[in-house]
Amino acid sequence: MAQHDITIKVNGAEKSASVESRLLLVHFLRETLAMTGTHIGCDTTHCGACTVLLDGEPVKSCTVLTVQADGHAVTTVEGLEQGGKLHPIQNGFWQEHGLQCGFCTPGMLMTGYALLARNPAPSEEEIREAISGNLCRCTGYVNIIKSVQHAAAALEEERQASTEAA
Amino acid sequence: METTTAPKTSATICGMGHSMKRKEDPRFIRGQGNFVDDVKLPGMLHMAIVRSPFAHAKIVAIHTEKAMAVPGVLAVITGETLKSYNLHWMPTLMSDTQMVLPVEKVMYQAQEVAAVIATDRYAAADGVDAVEVEYDPLPVVIDPKKALLPDAPVLRTDKEGKKDNLIWHWQTGDATATDKAFAEADVTVSQDIYIPRIHVASIETCGCVADFNPAMGHLTVHMTTQAPHAIRTVFALVAGHVGLSEEKIRIISPDIGGGFGGKVPVYPGYVIAVAASVVIGKPVKWIENRMENLQADSFARDYHMSVDLAAKKDGTMTALRIKTLADHGYTDAAANPSKYPAGMFSICTGSYDIKTAFTEMDAAYTNKPPGGVAYRCSFRVTEAAHAIERITDVLAQELKMDAAEIRFKNFIGADRFPYKSALGWEYDSGNYAAALQKAMDMIGYDELRREQAEKRSRGELMGIGICSFTEIVGAGPAKDFDILGIKMFDSAEIRVHPTGKAITRLGTKSQGQGHETTYAQIVAEELGIPAAHVQVEEGDTDTAPYGLGTYASRSTPVSGAACAMAARKIRDKAKKIAAHLLEVSEEDLDWEPGKFSVKGAPQKSKTIQECAFAAYTNAIPGLEPGLEAISYYDPPNLTFPFGSYICVVDIDRGTGMVKIRRFVAVDDCGNIINPMIVEGQIHGGLNMGMAPALLEEISYDENGNISGGSFMDYLVPTSMESPAWETGKTTTPSPHHPLGAKGVGESATVGAPPAIANAVVDALAHLGVKHVDIPITPEKVWNLLRAAGVAE
Repeated sequence: MAQHDITIKVNGAEKSASVESRLLLVHFLRETLAMTGTHIGCDTTHCGACTVLLDGEPVKSCTVLTVQADGHAVTTVEGLEQGGKLHPIQNGFWQEHGLQCGFCTPGMLMTGYALLARNPAPSEEEIREAISGNLCRCTGYVNIIKSVQHAAAALEEERQASTEAA
Repeated sequence: METTTAPKTSATICGMGHSMKRKEDPRFIRGQGNFVDDVKLPGMLHMAIVRSPFAHAKIVAIHTEKAMAVPGVLAVITGETLKSYNLHWMPTLMSDTQMVLPVEKVMYQAQEVAAVIATDRYAAADGVDAVEVEYDPLPVVIDPKKALLPDAPVLRTDKEGKKDNLIWHWQTGDATATDKAFAEADVTVSQDIYIPRIHVASIETCGCVADFNPAMGHLTVHMTTQAPHAIRTVFALVAGHVGLSEEKIRIISPDIGGGFGGKVPVYPGYVIAVAASVVIGKPVKWIENRMENLQADSFARDYHMSVDLAAKKDGTMTALRIKTLADHGYTDAAANPSKYPAGMFSICTGSYDIKTAFTEMDAAYTNKPPGGVAYRCSFRVTEAAHAIERITDVLAQELKMDAAEIRFKNFIGADRFPYKSALGWEYDSGNYAAALQKAMDMIGYDELRREQAEKRSRGELMGIGICSFTEIVGAGPAKDFDILGIKMFDSAEIRVHPTGKAITRLGTKSQGQGHETTYAQIVAEELGIPAAHVQVEEGDTDTAPYGLGTYASRSTPVSGAACAMAARKIRDKAKKIAAHLLEVSEEDLDWEPGKFSVKGAPQKSKTIQECAFAAYTNAIPGLEPGLEAISYYDPPNLTFPFGSYICVVDIDRGTGMVKIRRFVAVDDCGNIINPMIVEGQIHGGLNMGMAPALLEEISYDENGNISGGSFMDYLVPTSMESPAWETGKTTTPSPHHPLGAKGVGESATVGAPPAIANAVVDALAHLGVKHVDIPITPEKVWNLLRAAGVAE
């Protein structure tokens, strides 16, 4: 099996490794880098537990080859918290009981994060559509939607505060 | 029992009734949970499984040479390997037997045939591809009705003398009296109802890391299990003869990514991984992929029911009769209490005062995966609720009565509790009419009926469905309930530290239910120690007291009670300490959460924290040092949560698509510990009720090929199919539970399917439709519309 030398910027830090052609990105993250926040729930790109951001876009890392991410930037759930401060999407899930078993949560957080980056004030319908590739078996989604809305409101407050400060 | 609706403790203490934010969440929202696949041990090997493409076939030969030549492959384990240790068969939790790996033949598609052990998961998968198995196909039996015909091939040829495919016959109730009541009835209705095979499909699949230490003879298994202690005992019973005695076995159930009943059984993969670790002397990890999970793990349901209901002309129900054919696959690997092979199915008289009832059941072997486990329901309650709630609507339709009216007419009155049902249960408490009335008020029932009439006149299809279910959970009293002989008590141990903080360990195991928060709140309620200061641990058999685990909504009814009882023992001791410190007698002390004070002199007081400190720093005459307690709680009865759900659907005449417009769920689970968590449990349960009602089914063709064996075909609901659930509650405490709580995790999964099915039938009733089996797919509905000439 051919080996490839790759470098991927993971949560802002460059990570280099020699990997097999077939190594999935999710296995690179979980096993090569021992970053186990990203989960595996299926093998067919349906459940979304493995969602990470590739150059800011949510992708399912169980169907991305590591070599495809060579030279690109990957953000995982471990990259959300900054300087000891939870990202509002993380806090939103905590405050609104947006998780139960916690297994789909990292993927949901990444999808929610990406949604709010492109649409700061999504409607319920837009949130439902955005997370429709992420399965949750515990919550019935109602509180996940509230969690994303909670985060949207918090981010809006942050924006207003920084505008006022400026 | 006092009804608790407002919290008695401060927000700082955060006892019952507070919507405390979950203590477990900080790790999950940071991606720092510790799930089984996150466990990585030095020298760990990986296992992957070769599975059968046939549903029934002789194994002629297994060729492992090519697999052994794959780089990284260390071993291929077959049934013959295990046979040399007498480990190729194992008992199921129902005292049937199940192959770990086959020696002679396979019994279902996707059955484990061999296991490859390799240095990494890619090499293990390569090894699986290189194993060559020669099969000789055998006749396949898929339909359980055909399985019980006299000329059906006998599947369990391993069972000496077995001449048919009947696993067991079970019955309860009074057959003669029931037949008489039917003969004398003004009106009788009958309906065949099939509840298809479904799968819990938790987002985390099953798996383990088996870690045998050859030097010490110790085995540690990190595994996805809802019942770690029971699993330890099963392992000791299965593998005692090869030296694995119980004190050398440690089961660790780490964070579990959803269980719902699917993580109760012992699957062959766990046992093979353990055997591999013992033989090789290194840790072995096995993680199922999704298709293995859906195709080979225990399924739920698969009940073919014939339901008869007798009534007077005015709609008063007089007798119920249900005959069921249960398809258990090739072995009965359910996880029901020993005395109840059909679980709690005899709750089928539901919320109604039906004087006479009889139910019987045949369980059949077929060439399907083993099981009959739960799908987020307490031992077959979902099937029972579906039967009674559907047949109630069939009766209402026959008598041209409103679905709410017939329920009000037949409800067991609030003044009738404790109520002895015709099939022998003693319902602890209930107020069914109040719950239904509340649901009707919340949804605006009368207005919806007016809207429906108007829409019907325009040819639009709108339905309103009601379900007023009664659950039976919290197994269970030791006199009646055991699994493999182990009584179904559960446990809690609390240790209060010198600084007044505490740790509690329990025999249950959360899979997302929020135990780390809920149990902490129980301790807070009883001791006044802030819930934030109470650490909760479960899932490690070396540290937690013995318990039967979490399923069948038993954690709050059983371990929650144990937690309260242990806390009360601690409070009793703390009272003695406070009396000593305050130099008064115990009788002179008042208690409020967190503090003892002297009667008539409330300024003289000692906090629970001061008592804890004194327990370790003072030598108190007549008292042992320390402040800890343990309780093994044997519940005096089961608990009977209930609820009334109302569903409104609109049906598209062009596509047959059913859209849930509104769904109101009023639940009564007794006194509530954490309202936020309870609501979350109901939301999730509703979604897992809607799923089999509209989307999910695992079926087989006549050759035993599975359909619905991946997420391509098995339609777990996404956010797009899931309604915006509306919830409400009434509060009727359990009279026998120390906190008045009843359990809630599964109520909604039980109550939602009939509400949805009843709504769909209601929308189509004027077209002559009396019943639709779940899942109610667009195709089924469209065919009904076409038959009625109204499809667009």
